[in-house]
Amino acid sequence: MESQLQAIEQPQYVEESFLTELFQSLQQNKSALAGCIVLLLFISAAVLAPYIAPYDPYHVDMSQQFQKPSAQYLLGTDMFGRDILSRIIYGSRISLVIGLVPTIISMVIGTMLGLIAGYYGKKTDYIIMRTADVVMAFPSLLLAMVVMYTLGASLLNIFIAISLVNWAGTARVVRSQTLVLKEKEFVEAAKIMGVKNWVILVRHLLPNCIPSLLVLFTLGIPEAIMAEATLSFLGVGAQPPMASWGLMASSGKEFLFMAPWIAIVPGVAILLVALAFNFLGDGLRDALDPYLKQ
Amino acid sequence: MAEDSAVIDGHKISGTAIAEKDTMLAVTGLKTYFFTKKGVIPAVDDVSFTVKKGRIVGIVGESGCGKSMTALSLMGLVPAPAGKIVAGSIVLDGKNLVNLTEKEMCQVRGNEMSMIFQEPMTSLNPVYTVGKQVMEAAILHQQLGKAEAKEKALEMFKLVGIPEPQKRLDTYPHQLSGGLRQRVMIAMALCCRPKLLIADEPTTALDVTVQAQILQLMKKLQAELDSAIVLITHDMGVVAEVCDDVTIMYAGKIVEQANVFELFDNCLHPYTAGLLKALPTLRKNGERLYNIPGMLPNLLQLPKGCRFFPRCESASAICAEQEPDLVDVGQGHLVRCLKYRG
Amino acid sequence: MVLFIIKRIISSIPILLGVTLLIFILLHIVPGDPVTLMMNDHVDPDTIARVRAQMHLDEPIYIQYFNFIWDALHGDFGVSYKMNRPVATLLWDAFPNTLVLATAAMIFSWVVGVPAGILSVVKKYSVIDYFFMGSALLGVSMPVFWSGLLLQYIFAFTLGWLPVSGFDNILCLIMPAVVLGWGAAGTIARLTRSSLLEVMGNDYIRTARAKGLSAIAVLFNHALKNSFLPVVTVMAIQVASMLSGSVITETIFSIPGIGRIAVNAIQTRDLPLLQGSILFTTILVILGNLAADMMYFFLDPRIKNK
Repeated sequence: MESQLQAIEQPQYVEESFLTELFQSLQQNKSALAGCIVLLLFISAAVLAPYIAPYDPYHVDMSQQFQKPSAQYLLGTDMFGRDILSRIIYGSRISLVIGLVPTIISMVIGTMLGLIAGYYGKKTDYIIMRTADVVMAFPSLLLAMVVMYTLGASLLNIFIAISLVNWAGTARVVRSQTLVLKEKEFVEAAKIMGVKNWVILVRHLLPNCIPSLLVLFTLGIPEAIMAEATLSFLGVGAQPPMASWGLMASSGKEFLFMAPWIAIVPGVAILLVALAFNFLGDGLRDALDPYLKQ
Repeated sequence: MAEDSAVIDGHKISGTAIAEKDTMLAVTGLKTYFFTKKGVIPAVDDVSFTVKKGRIVGIVGESGCGKSMTALSLMGLVPAPAGKIVAGSIVLDGKNLVNLTEKEMCQVRGNEMSMIFQEPMTSLNPVYTVGKQVMEAAILHQQLGKAEAKEKALEMFKLVGIPEPQKRLDTYPHQLSGGLRQRVMIAMALCCRPKLLIADEPTTALDVTVQAQILQLMKKLQAELDSAIVLITHDMGVVAEVCDDVTIMYAGKIVEQANVFELFDNCLHPYTAGLLKALPTLRKNGERLYNIPGMLPNLLQLPKGCRFFPRCESASAICAEQEPDLVDVGQGHLVRCLKYRG
Repeated sequence: MVLFIIKRIISSIPILLGVTLLIFILLHIVPGDPVTLMMNDHVDPDTIARVRAQMHLDEPIYIQYFNFIWDALHGDFGVSYKMNRPVATLLWDAFPNTLVLATAAMIFSWVVGVPAGILSVVKKYSVIDYFFMGSALLGVSMPVFWSGLLLQYIFAFTLGWLPVSGFDNILCLIMPAVVLGWGAAGTIARLTRSSLLEVMGNDYIRTARAKGLSAIAVLFNHALKNSFLPVVTVMAIQVASMLSGSVITETIFSIPGIGRIAVNAIQTRDLPLLQGSILFTTILVILGNLAADMMYFFLDPRIKNK
């Protein structure tokens, strides 16, 4: 015996648009803001490298080997006398591109496969998800190493390696969201109206996945950066004399005890960038919480 | 020990009414406010009522009127730090609960005063057996050993009418139906023979036949154990069936309070009239079900006069200006409406 | 329950095959003749031909794959040409070291991570909370090679408390375990905290409070067990990431484990060794996942009683 009274709701508050709400939440989250600022610095350094780097990052001067950080060389010099600060600044370009490109590629692949698997179900779903399981079951670093072994060590190949390894997580998330979404009435309505499948996928299902994708993207970038750094550190990534942060750390390993800054400083750069992205990603996740929990 | 008298909205109520031997609970002037960034929300605004031994008192109102928060205030479980009891007294068998420390309250809860909740599905811990959860109360408050506690739990299961009680002790919540889970909750609440039981919409989440069974159970407990019960509901049908006294709440305030027969025969407040009108009856076959028009006010921006004014069908101009006090029109029937000024 | 284990093992087989197939294909599409790459340049064509025949390199690729699997099932993972010893022996010797390292790292991550998460909830929004969550985030953002180098510099070189590398005694284990486990500890702490907070908002917590349990008693008796479930699922992913991380940790601290063997194999283009170590690692990952699943099974009676 349900009484009518239960239907009466609390007064409604005005609903603001998705983006304004997002920005407002982010503004309130101090660490996310700090992360944003650091990232802006990072991006500016990458873009303005030729103008702000004090020295040529490739300029070898053996007389200036192993200089401690000083007024002349703010972060010291490495074993070839190259200024580390300049190399860090130029290295940010590599890291930025490494962070963005493979992540975008792996997200595109993952999203497409996730949508298809979730929507069409049955056999397609099974095949795609088993493949994703295989890729995820595997220590990503080893897998990336094997891909590099196959293709040979170069920056382009790192893009491919990292993209191939990271798509599975995105695919899983998108698939589970698609599974929930496709049961909703608006999808049925679209189907009845004769809307083509791929249009449903792109126009209706995809936009609903965007909050999760946004978070995955922000958290995926530091993963890619660290993956490249680690691969280069192990010698199967970028090759000298490139100013990749990972490579710089690796070359500094032998001189760790006499000139620690060579290996340590690039790591700090990676750490700061990764922290910034993680703060931002956490902030995004908190801000988008109501949209993520469908 | 007894209060001399209580002042309810400027009217004195004699102390004897409160100090009477069989008054189990006396709530006087209870105010529970929420302090948020957007302002202060008076969720429970000057609420007073008494519950005698062996009586069932119903607190009725729509979602958001403050009835659940009243119950939580009694238990001392108001969500802090935003929520706080800012005024009033809650006297349980002579002891004012508002003054107790958290540690002392822990000894009262589940022991002298218990509460059961609306959703039996989610109100039981999924990873422990129901027997263990009932035993927990006995072990905590009565210092029973494990075996004795198990005996006690079995006894309670039988009392609330759970079939095959011995077997059921070792089942998990997800293996039981909604009605059985609610019986388990009741068993858990009554384990330590509390002086007062608070039931927050115990039947809302159950279907109709089960609802009837649970209400039957409550009446049986009232008869056998002489329990004092506070029953929170939005359903006037439930009120008619089990309650002895009724308190109607709206937007945090009491708008009417009376004995159940008096209320149904002679309801005074327009809101109560609306609630009763909204009850579907066999006579009104074919007619549209009545709905009180409008919505609850925003507690952050309360209007100046009577809180019910925007939705009242018998309002006059003065109702928008002046907020009415709670008035006794005789035999303990209280009304908050300008139509019945003293 | 035995049925559950068998079902899980059976469902792992396609994954195992999938991985080995993937690796096999990747490794065999490398341009250039693997034998010439592995051996010196001064080897005569006859030897090359003989070795190629021995390694079945002239047969169609699916036969090669079949042979690989068949041999593997018999414990024969091929022979490393650079080291001139059977791959299986090399891996078997190295495996305990990796196991010890990974176990130490996991113990560290749990012993540090879980209490940190719980304390953060009990003292929500206090200095302790921010400290723990900050360190957790740090752990997740630090490249493993960097923290390894940093710790080596501070504790081995500057302070001299711990040995730089090697694997002779317990002291050698401390730095690598911390380096490897810090990231996982961070994830566990964050996850414990968020999971616990979510559980604390549930109705049954309110019921427990209504029974008269103190806030702390409710946390430990009711909330904790329920909040562990997602944390345990994470454990499965961590097995894989531990093995990934061990590659770097073993390299930096010169620990003779499987990770280091894999890196060497790649650098020296030692095909059988690489293949074998990857297969071995995959098996370890699958076993780890199985163990995590079983723990989940024990923690949640809803699964047990299905």
